[in-house]
Amino acid sequence: MSVTIRLEHCARTFDNGTRALESTDLAINGGETLVFLGPSGCGKTTTLRLVAGLDVPDAGGRVLFDGEDVTHVPIEKRNVGMVFQSYALFPNMSVEENIAYGLKVRKVDAAARAARVREMLDMMHIADLAQRRIDELSGGQRQRVALARAIAPQPRVLLLDEPLTALDAKLRETLRVDIDHLLRSLGITTVYVTHDQAEAMALGDRIAVMQKGRIAQIGTPEEIYRAPANAFVADFIGTMNVLAGQIEDGHFVFAGGRLPWHKPAPAGSLMFRPEALSLAAAGAGNLTASVVSAFFLGDHVRLVLDAGAPQLLTVRIAGERRFVKGERVDFELDATAVMALEE
Amino acid sequence: MRMRRSIWFWLQLAFTLCVCAFLIVPVVLSMLAGVTQNYFLGLSSGLTTQWVVKVWNDYRAPVLLSMQLAVACLACNLLLGIPAAYVLAKRQNAFTRAIEELLVMPVAVPGIATALALIVTYGSLGGFRTHWTFILVGHVLFTLPFMVRSVLAVMMSIDLTTLEEGARSLGANFAQRFFGVILPNCRAGIVAGALMVVTLSLGEFNMTLLLHTPLTQTLPVGLADTYASLRLEVGSAYTLVFFVIIIPLLIAMQWASNAASPARAV
Repeated sequence: MSVTIRLEHCARTFDNGTRALESTDLAINGGETLVFLGPSGCGKTTTLRLVAGLDVPDAGGRVLFDGEDVTHVPIEKRNVGMVFQSYALFPNMSVEENIAYGLKVRKVDAAARAARVREMLDMMHIADLAQRRIDELSGGQRQRVALARAIAPQPRVLLLDEPLTALDAKLRETLRVDIDHLLRSLGITTVYVTHDQAEAMALGDRIAVMQKGRIAQIGTPEEIYRAPANAFVADFIGTMNVLAGQIEDGHFVFAGGRLPWHKPAPAGSLMFRPEALSLAAAGAGNLTASVVSAFFLGDHVRLVLDAGAPQLLTVRIAGERRFVKGERVDFELDATAVMALEE
Repeated sequence: MRMRRSIWFWLQLAFTLCVCAFLIVPVVLSMLAGVTQNYFLGLSSGLTTQWVVKVWNDYRAPVLLSMQLAVACLACNLLLGIPAAYVLAKRQNAFTRAIEELLVMPVAVPGIATALALIVTYGSLGGFRTHWTFILVGHVLFTLPFMVRSVLAVMMSIDLTTLEEGARSLGANFAQRFFGVILPNCRAGIVAGALMVVTLSLGEFNMTLLLHTPLTQTLPVGLADTYASLRLEVGSAYTLVFFVIIIPLLIAMQWASNAASPARAV
């Protein structure tokens, strides 16, 4: 029953000549949550608007829902549910009336409408707000109403455009968990746009990282974290450390250490994740650096290190060793976790 | 302990009262004159309603025509002004901004000039020239910018595009979202514009003086007529009638708009 979505050769050039989206092909599986992740201006919202039917791709592009060409079907006839960053709730209606709106314009009879509204209110835990006016709600409450309103008419596809961006960090966390539960229980095909990598990792079955109007990489959160396609993706998902250096007799030599290297010289720099570094016995190890700052975070310590290169390194070390500022420490860099990525 | 107020307090109070008196005394005197037997002898000549009755008997037609014009003018403004404001709000470009500025022209240009232009253009259309709708055209031209600007200001402040996209995503067609979402959320602007339009139309004189014919006299034109050709008491009684009509009307419209939006403090 879940709808598959396909984009074929979808590009979008704005009237002023700006190329917001390069020709893109993409398949979204039925019931899957796909997250578009990227900085502002990367084309993620443009892509969402093409899927939504709020925008039309340049000539030649096609949008298919379950194989049916909906490219020129406007959003009001596409049967999609959408949640906007600014909520777009109707200030002239109560919470209840907002949620009922999609059912009302579909001419659902009053009894069925009331039942569905009640169901939505309970599902989003906002039953006590039913009679409230929109301007009496907090940001988090508004977002719940917006979700309930989008889901009420049982849309084929759910689209969320930065739904949590306007909320404070703590609320974002709570709502993220709720949205996750909701999407799992609905099993509806969902497209989610965000610039927050933690949100993307938590919610996405797959993530499409976008860069300058292109999909730089698409894959599960784990694939993207473990094997980023390029330096941009690596840097956008999680923290990435950069080692600049050169090849000398079978070793990659960089400020602070050296690593056996038998592959061709990397085109750019070598990179590694914060957890690729571990403590080594004094005098041993392959990387020496001095501690710039140390943050004790319970089960691990986050260290900022100066290995002599212009860029500092950020690493996480498990265990309870205490670090002193300025202290020189020997580390073992896991050679298998080091990546050579193009810029 | 009683607080001692400084001399400045009393000076300011006196100044404020003077300004109020300056504004209110002529109104009161004029209204009093309308019910005085003989203005030149003063109140000692006694009070009477004869002038008011005379005005009502002789000038009922202009008063009723003015009310008819105001209602018709409001209707035209609602039908033309709201859609115009909607288009101006949705399409923000050099062309629509130029239109927005041009709309204000009839307010900036002297009413007499607008009236002359209308007469030059349409004056020879016999039936139209003597019909009350000829004046209506002038009133609509003059009041339209007030309605458009008032509604446009509200539309620009509510993020119209996103509201409409929200309604569209829920399946609403144009009529459903225009009447169900856009209009209700612009109500404050529409009410404010309507108040302006009705009061401006009721009191419009400059343009109407040229546009009217003996059979299509409006309230302000009739008022000028009484002051020019009849006793001062009659003119003053006329002013009294005008107040009696306009003040309850304004209060009623304001009340209606407040009643329509109970929870919102405007």
